[in-house]
Amino acid sequence: MTWLRLNWPQVLQLVGDHLALSLPAILLSILIAVPIGYLAVRLRWLGKPLLLTATLLYAIPALPLLIIIAAVFGFSLRSPETMIAALTIYGVALLVRTAADGFDAVDGFVRDSAIALGHSPLVIFFKVDLPLAVPVLISGIRVVAVSTVSLVTIGALIGVSGLGFFLTDGFQRGILGEVVTGLLASVALAGLLDALVFAGGRAMTPWVRVVDSQPKLGVAK
Amino acid sequence: MSSFSQVLAWLTDLSNWSGTTGIPIRIGQHLAISALAILLASLIALPVGIAIGHTRRGAGLIAGAAGAARAIPTLGLLTLFGLGIGIGMTAPLLALVVLAIPSLLAGTYAGIGSVTPAVVDAARGVGMRERQVIWRVEIPLAAPVIIGGIRAATLQVIATATLAAYISDQGLGRFLFAGLKTRDYSQMIGGAILVIALALLAEAVLALIQSLTKTYVAHTRA
Repeated sequence: MTWLRLNWPQVLQLVGDHLALSLPAILLSILIAVPIGYLAVRLRWLGKPLLLTATLLYAIPALPLLIIIAAVFGFSLRSPETMIAALTIYGVALLVRTAADGFDAVDGFVRDSAIALGHSPLVIFFKVDLPLAVPVLISGIRVVAVSTVSLVTIGALIGVSGLGFFLTDGFQRGILGEVVTGLLASVALAGLLDALVFAGGRAMTPWVRVVDSQPKLGVAK
Repeated sequence: MSSFSQVLAWLTDLSNWSGTTGIPIRIGQHLAISALAILLASLIALPVGIAIGHTRRGAGLIAGAAGAARAIPTLGLLTLFGLGIGIGMTAPLLALVVLAIPSLLAGTYAGIGSVTPAVVDAARGVGMRERQVIWRVEIPLAAPVIIGGIRAATLQVIATATLAAYISDQGLGRFLFAGLKTRDYSQMIGGAILVIALALLAEAVLALIQSLTKTYVAHTRA
């Protein structure tokens, strides 16, 4: 606690750096993974290879991935771009499967009705598939948000600024309070983003609560 | 950054493949610490997961462990244990065991929990004791999902064992950290390629084992 009291301005600054890396990566993951997940469901022949690629990408360990990304894309190893690219790859790999599951679970009759009403594929995606998949998507995004925040700490090993700095610096200087602060701050930040995504999901799907709160027919005795 | 040919030169340099800090020794260390961590974690997580799946009590523990595992940074756990326990094998091993437990728990619980209750009741109906129900009905039927959990845990442990080199002189991660420190990019990228190859190979082998068990269970069911 003493360490935290003496160093809280630095803690706040690194929380900021941490968010500056996590948030773009989480947003990019959503923007990339949702359309891919949709394609994987609508075009069955494409689905299997897409999901397999996602599984393989997720199998790549983080530190080696950072090094390879820097080498392949020509980014500097210590640049935020390297970190965000790696985080986005993991985020997409995690989210594609959930997105595919979410779109797959959309009731076929509802889609057919929308088609029968003469809606274009684009309208069906935005007005039918996407809203109905939101609850599953949100559960996937929560996982991505939490694991992204936790992964950003690895950046400290290559010199990217974030809460991971407290882990490496505290370890090297033998300050337990610093390591514990870095660990807890990262966990707290992950919890905060998780709660925000959860709240956002609730706000976006008011009908879910209405359905849940109504007595279910047939189940009532 | 170094060119591809320099990385290839590092990877094919015979002197990197010999001695006590050579590539084969490092791969051996990496696999040994990973296997030991999975073994120890399984000894803890499999019985607990089976107990929770069988009794269907304490599922909250599984969800809590999975959530915590995602939120806790692996590097934080490693440095914390490294500071608390000191340099050596124990700290990284313990961190890896802790990291492997949630995936193993989740897989085991999901597997046992997904066995059709009617099948379990039928097993009891023909006079099986609880122990027999677990060993001869639930575990065989749950095997593919349990192995899925072992697969996820193994992947995570192999990946994290790379970071374990930060707090101990172990495994393939040494090449990455040595390369980072001396700005030897060939060594760094070469080491990265070795780790990725090892991870993908492990994934392929475990996926194969999982699909073999699936086929086996499907055949015995039919």
